[in-house]
Amino acid sequence: MSSIINYFKTVFGGLKTLVQGMGVTGYYFRNARKEIITQQYPDNKSTLRMYDRFRGVVIMPHDENNMHRCTGCSACEIACPNGSIEILAPRVLDPETGRKKKVIDKHVYHYSMCTLCNLCILACPTDAIVMDQTFEHAVYDRSLLTQVLNRPGSKLNPEVKE
Amino acid sequence: MNFSIYDFSAFFTSIHEWLLGMMPEALVTTIEWITIGTAAILFTALLGLSLVYGERKVAAWFQLRIGPNRVGFQGVLQTVADILKLILKEPLTPKSSDKFLYNLAPFIMMMAPFIVIAALPYAKGLQVMDLEVGVFFVTAVSSIGVLGVLLAGWSSNNKYSLIGAMRSGAQIVSYELSAGLAILTVIVLSGSLQFGEIIESQREGWWIYRGHIPVWIAFIVFLIAGTAETNRGPFDLAEAESELTAGFHTEYSGIKFAFFFLAEYVNLFIIVVIAATVFLGGWMPLHIGGLDGFNAAMDIIPPIVWFLGKVTVLILLIMWFKWTFPRLRIDQILTLEWKYLLPISLVNIVLVAFITLMGWYF
Repeated sequence: MSSIINYFKTVFGGLKTLVQGMGVTGYYFRNARKEIITQQYPDNKSTLRMYDRFRGVVIMPHDENNMHRCTGCSACEIACPNGSIEILAPRVLDPETGRKKKVIDKHVYHYSMCTLCNLCILACPTDAIVMDQTFEHAVYDRSLLTQVLNRPGSKLNPEVKE
Repeated sequence: MNFSIYDFSAFFTSIHEWLLGMMPEALVTTIEWITIGTAAILFTALLGLSLVYGERKVAAWFQLRIGPNRVGFQGVLQTVADILKLILKEPLTPKSSDKFLYNLAPFIMMMAPFIVIAALPYAKGLQVMDLEVGVFFVTAVSSIGVLGVLLAGWSSNNKYSLIGAMRSGAQIVSYELSAGLAILTVIVLSGSLQFGEIIESQREGWWIYRGHIPVWIAFIVFLIAGTAETNRGPFDLAEAESELTAGFHTEYSGIKFAFFFLAEYVNLFIIVVIAATVFLGGWMPLHIGGLDGFNAAMDIIPPIVWFLGKVTVLILLIMWFKWTFPRLRIDQILTLEWKYLLPISLVNIVLVAFITLMGWYF
C-alpha cells in the first residue's frame, strides 16, 4: 500500500516541481522587456557599463610624474603559468648604499600568450600591475601584441618599499 | 464566388464547379492536386520559417535576451536569411556513408509531415480531406518520420549519429503508445475517428471541459508524449548537443540539414494541431451548453482565428517546456514512459470508458 502512495507522491511531487520551474521562467518571459541583460555592444559604445572584476589586459599604471610602482622583483614572471611576462631587470650599483640592486629596465608582456588568469596581479607585492577594462585588442600584426609595460624614462615611485 | 470567412466549404465547392464548367473532370482533378500540393509546400515552408523565428524570439525572452533583431524589423527576416544561406551551402555527402540512404533520409523526414498536413482541419471547410479514420491516419503516418531519423543515423556512418538515432527510435516507439492512448480517451467520448465529427461533437463545449478529469489526464499525458515524439526538449536527447554534437543530423549540411530542421517544427505544429483539435475543439468557438447568447457572441470570431489562437497557445506552452526543463537521461525517459505515463493512460482509458457508459460527462 505504501508503495502505491509513494507512486502517486512521486507523480504529484514531480508535477509540482515542474510547475514551479515553469513559474520561474514564466516570470522571466513576462518581464523580458524590463530585465533584458543583453548589451547591444557596437550601438551602446558611449554608455557601455563595465564591471571592476572584468579582466581586460595587464597594464602598469603611471602617475603624473611618469612613475610606476614596479620594483622588478619578478614575482609576476614566476607566477605566470604561460610565460607571458618577461622581466628585464639588470643589477646595478646603488650609489647611496654601495650595494648591487635590481632595477626594472623592461617589463615585457606577451599578450598573445596571456590567458587573463589574474595570477600575476595577485602575485605582485606592490600592486604595480592591474587588469585594464578595455577589450578591443584585435591587431593586424602579431608583434604588436608584445608590449613593454613600463613607459620609456619612467622611474620607480620612491614611496614603494622594497 | 460566395466567399465567407466562417465557412470555406461553399467557396471551394464553387471553385470546383467553376473549373468543371470549363474542362474535363480528369484535368480538374489534376489541377486541384497540383494546386493543393503547391499550397502544402508553401504552407510548410512558411510555417517552418515563422516557427523558427518564434522559437528563437521566445527562447530569448525566457532567457532575458533580445533574440534576433538585426535583419528586418525586429529580426523577422532572420530565418529567411538563414534558409537562403542553407540553400547556398554545399550539401556534403561523407565518403564512407551509405549514399542512397543518406540522401533519402531527409526526404522521408519531410514526407510524413507533408502527408499529415493534408488530413488536418484548419477551419470549417478548410481541410484537404476529412478521412473517416483521420485520427488513426495522422498518428500512423506521422510516425514514419522516425524512419527518417533512423536512416539518417545509420547511413551517416558516424557514432554520434547512430547513438542519437537509436535513442530517438527507442523514445518514439515508447511514447507513441501513451500518445495514442491519450487520443483514444476522446475517441471513446466522441465515438468517431473523423476529425470533422470530433470537432462537431464539441459544439456544446470542448472535451477538456465536458470530459473533466479523464480528459485532463489524457491532455497532460498527450502534451508530454507529443513533446517526446517531436524530439523536442526536454526530450531532445536524440540530438543532445552537449553529448552527441548534433545527434542523427551531425553529418548533414546545407539544404538537407534544413529539411531536418524544418521537419522538427512541422512535427511540432502537427502534434499541437492534434491536441487542439481533439481536446480543445479545433476551430470550434468556445461554447458552453445552454448559454445561447454567449455561444452566439463567440460565433462572431471566425473559426480560423479560434484555430490559430489555440495552436499558438499550445506551441507557446511546448516552447515553455523546452526552455524550462533540463534534458532527461535515456533511462529516465523510458522510466517516465513505461512506469508512469503508460499505466496512467491505461487506467485512464478504463475510467473514461466507465464514465462514457454511465453518461457522467457534461
